[in-house]
Amino acid sequence: MVKVVFIEHDGNSHEVNAYAGESLMEAAVSNNVPGIDADCGGNCACATCHVFINPEWISKVGERREMESSMLEFSENLKPTSRLACQIEVSEELDGLIVELPEAQY
Amino acid sequence: MKEKTDVEEKNVIPDPWSLPLETLDVSKAEIFQSNQHGEYFRRLRQESPVHFCQESQFGPFWSITKFNDIVAIDSDHKRFSSDTNIVIGDALPELVTPMFIAMDEPKHGVQRKTVQPAVAPTQLSELEVLIRQRVGYILDSLPVNEEFNWVELVSKEITTQMLATLFDIPFEDRHLLPYWSDVATTSETVGIEVDMNERQRVLEECLAYFSKLWHERAAEPRKFDFISLFAHGEETKNMINDPMEFLGNLILLIVGGNDTTRNSISAGVVELNRNPKEYDKLKSDPSLIPNMVSEIIRYQTPLGHMRRTALEDVEFKGHTIHKGDKVVMWYVSGNRDEEVIENPDAFIIDRNKARHHLSFGFGIHRCMGNRVGEMQLRILWEEILKRFDRIELTGEPERVLSNFVMGYSKVPVVVHKK
Repeated sequence: MVKVVFIEHDGNSHEVNAYAGESLMEAAVSNNVPGIDADCGGNCACATCHVFINPEWISKVGERREMESSMLEFSENLKPTSRLACQIEVSEELDGLIVELPEAQY
Repeated sequence: MKEKTDVEEKNVIPDPWSLPLETLDVSKAEIFQSNQHGEYFRRLRQESPVHFCQESQFGPFWSITKFNDIVAIDSDHKRFSSDTNIVIGDALPELVTPMFIAMDEPKHGVQRKTVQPAVAPTQLSELEVLIRQRVGYILDSLPVNEEFNWVELVSKEITTQMLATLFDIPFEDRHLLPYWSDVATTSETVGIEVDMNERQRVLEECLAYFSKLWHERAAEPRKFDFISLFAHGEETKNMINDPMEFLGNLILLIVGGNDTTRNSISAGVVELNRNPKEYDKLKSDPSLIPNMVSEIIRYQTPLGHMRRTALEDVEFKGHTIHKGDKVVMWYVSGNRDEEVIENPDAFIIDRNKARHHLSFGFGIHRCMGNRVGEMQLRILWEEILKRFDRIELTGEPERVLSNFVMGYSKVPVVVHKK
């Protein structure tokens, strides 16, 4: 079990138990975290599972890749810490991870 | 038995299961108008999900008909180009109007990012109150206990008013927008016989109208309408000097905002009438509206396909797609793919994962206005439920002739007040 905290734009926070090997998007969706649409189902093709990684965690989570950047580029909320949750694999190393959600998914 | 006349004979759509698979041609607009495309695509999905049609009125083309294959091609913009043509037929070179949906990177991204703020979530939440007032006014003005065409009085009117706001054109000029939209989509490139020069003449009127507006907006401070955003965009402020490109982008934004939402608004009424249990579900639980909106958009698939052109030879599912080949992603088929969507032929307003559909496309060209469309449908159904016991379909709906726009020209209804 890996603990991950999702903080909604209005400050509501959701602590979920994620499994190593699943994506951060899957962890959010299967725990009914509001604000993650995941329209494409995890194909890096819709940018509706946009999250902001807490700066302290960026080095462990890693940088976004090319296709992910292409998709995120169109978001009105793009920040240096923006990632698509479907492109982040949950691992034991991420236990305690905190991510924030944008005001709206595009 | 009465002999069929030649005309009737010509209009009969053959049973797809009776035709040789190799020559099965799903590009004929009549198949969609008569609502018989479903079985054609069922056969392709089952027997030839990556299908090459050697001969058609548009030349040879590949059909991609399974959900996940479509996602794969749509996401692979480096090998499958959107340059110049994004529908099955090629525009004549002298009539090509460049628009960002039909461009590759980096130009596509630059132009899209310039106008996207007009339909970004923040901007939309500011427009919601206005849209709700207008929808209420439209619904309150409908004839009661008397048959009328829902498409004309509701679907077209709501989307036209929304689009007039996004362009910020005078309210009284708004009906020019669906007119230009219909002229633009009535094209040989999607299987409709039409005088293409006359079409171009009308579209140049559209260009002249918006060119005047451009100069006005350029002289005023930047605001959040499409024209102002283009006129003030660092990378787009000279677009006015390339009239065909300006026209192309106008067509994109006008068609994108018209046909799509219009036909989803019409389809909602049609499908709720064909599925009375779903209508009852909706009335007893209006909180289903957002989920229903996604289901309507999946079920209707307002744009039936998008087309790409292979930039290199690609091995795909045991086939070699050659450089230069046309590759048609049939969203209208992928949205009925039983491997991804459970019981896909059923219209189920509380469907699980209803947002997982292809109607907005995927990848970098994914629909820019998806939130505008969803918002209009949501507000419309919220306001309908406040006022009407039932929108009753009173006759057979008439579908439009196109392999691209999956739409209705006539949806006869009578509305019954609460």
